Amino acid sequence: MYLHESAGNQVAESIIQGFRTRKRAALARAVTLVENGSIHAQDILEETFKHRGRSRVLGITGSPGVGKSTLVDSLITAIREHGNSVGVIAVDPSSPFTGGAILGDRVRVRSRTTDDQVFFRSLASRGHLGGVSRHTGDIITLFDAFGFDYVLVETVGTGQSEVDIMRYAHSVLVVMAPGLGDDIQAIKAGILEIGDVFCVNKADHPDADRAVSVLEAMLELNRDWKWRPPVIKTVASQGKGVVELFGKINMHLEFLEQNNLLEERVSRSHIASLEENIKRETVDRIFARSHSDGTLDRALKQLSEGKTHPAALARQLIQLYLCSEK
Amino acid sequence: MDRKIRVLVGKPGLDGHDRGAKVIARAYRDAGMEVIYSGLHRTPEELARMAVEEDVDVVACSILSGAHSTLLPRVVDCLKKEKGAGELDVLVLAGGIIPVEDVESLKESGIDAVFGPGTNTQDIVEYTRANLKR
Ligand code: B12
Ligand SMILES: Nc1nc2c(ncn2[C@@H]2O[C@H](COP(=O)(O)OP(=O)(O)OP(=O)(O)O)[C@@H](O)[C@H]2O)c(=O)[nH]1
Ligand SMILES: [Mg+2]
Repeated sequence: MYLHESAGNQVAESIIQGFRTRKRAALARAVTLVENGSIHAQDILEETFKHRGRSRVLGITGSPGVGKSTLVDSLITAIREHGNSVGVIAVDPSSPFTGGAILGDRVRVRSRTTDDQVFFRSLASRGHLGGVSRHTGDIITLFDAFGFDYVLVETVGTGQSEVDIMRYAHSVLVVMAPGLGDDIQAIKAGILEIGDVFCVNKADHPDADRAVSVLEAMLELNRDWKWRPPVIKTVASQGKGVVELFGKINMHLEFLEQNNLLEERVSRSHIASLEENIKRETVDRIFARSHSDGTLDRALKQLSEGKTHPAALARQLIQLYLCSEK
Repeated sequence: MDRKIRVLVGKPGLDGHDRGAKVIARAYRDAGMEVIYSGLHRTPEELARMAVEEDVDVVACSILSGAHSTLLPRVVDCLKKEKGAGELDVLVLAGGIIPVEDVESLKESGIDAVFGPGTNTQDIVEYTRANLKR
């Protein structure tokens, strides 16, 4: 428990004050409190939510090792050279056994570490599937309220289409690399549907052109795109192609704005955050209450004796703890 | 509240020895902590900035290059500068090849503890847990 957890709403107030003066320690602590489900998180989110709206949120997803972090590094440079500020949220998996994690994305993000217009935060997925942590929506709100022009969210390397990032981002960059069998996986996993911009990284590899043409051919199958996702070749480790990539990302963001589609994406992200919060609250409450009054233990016993099954129990517990509440 | 201990494992200076850092990172992870690994060749300024942005409870520097007496005090100074007034709320640890005769002055400059070759990682984890500053 934090020592200052006891200090009442002074904690939230001093963080909100810190946001006004753009103190990076305030943003950093706010993220921690939200992640940890602190009692101060609500106050902080309530206030920061009023100040959101500036950031353009870019999700970056793709299989492990395709070069997402290396791309983030060169995108940071491109964004800064445009004179814009950027916050980065990089998610890595937690160990399912110990709950610990090694967050290694910073190893590849080497430039501009001490740039005042850049902020980088590593997050552990903490058991949440879907490539991001379950607090991602709320943490994006914090970054947005802090006033970054761009927020980049690097997901856990999944390569699957069931990545939650598309629900939170305004624009989704799908990164692939030749020689990973990615082209075939992509079709299977339906990852084509979630990308707004595609990037074939490691274009210094001889198979890159083939990967691009496979991808282009797949995209051609769909004829009625409102926005036809472009495919860009990059060599992230040398910064090659990144200016062009950044250009396409901005074109997509402009396309959204000009066609009044940005609002749709923003509201989609609100729904996603709402859903996450509802899930979290109900699960936490039911487990806490049923644990403290002994119901959980009895229920688990019934389960192991085969007297009931999880679906029925879930419904019972929801009935017991949620429907009786006023 | 689901409190997670966060640790920055840092490699300050021009030192390519990363085994110790990785051993330490894994030990902390296996103890259920969240470890941010800085990667090689970081300046004290960079490490301090990372520590703030990642809001870590512990900064754990691994250094085998012999430059500990110049780099480590600078890490502490940079941390104080980044964090502003008041007592540092992060535990600052160091390990690697650090001769015993240098340890006292490192402690005076604000390093909380120093661990040398052969230290049992379980002891490091226990020390860390017991000495958190917040
Ligand atoms: C393996 C090794 C290498 C490997 C490194 C491989 C790698 N990727 O790490 C290679 C061959 C590349 C190498 C190269 C060099 N090495 Co070398 N190397 C070693 C050696 C033999 C073992 C180091 C090691 O990995 N130990 C295993 C790990 C697990 O132990 P550890 O790092 O000490 O970590 C433990 C504790 O110290 C502690 N700990 C460590 N960090 C931290 C951090 C925290 C926060 C905490 C709490 C604890 C903690 O916990 C760990 C577990 O107990 C040592 C000698 C030795 N016996 O230590 C020399 C040694 C470190 N190397 C040395 C030298 C001089 C070099 C070179 C300069 C040689 C040269 N002239 O080219 C180069 C420089 C490389 C570079 N770029 O920096 C010297 C350093 C002298 C000094 N500091 O005064 C040593 C001491 C050898 C010697 N006796 O002269 N080296
Ligand atoms: N040859 C080549 N290597 C690259 C390129 N971009 C990145 N790499 C290397 O690919 C490896 C993985 O890069 P990362 O940026 O860590 O990949 P990632 O997608 O972030 O990985 P995870 O976060 O672990 O999923 C590193 O060794 C990079 O140096 C590139 O364009 N060409
Ligand atoms: Mg990465």
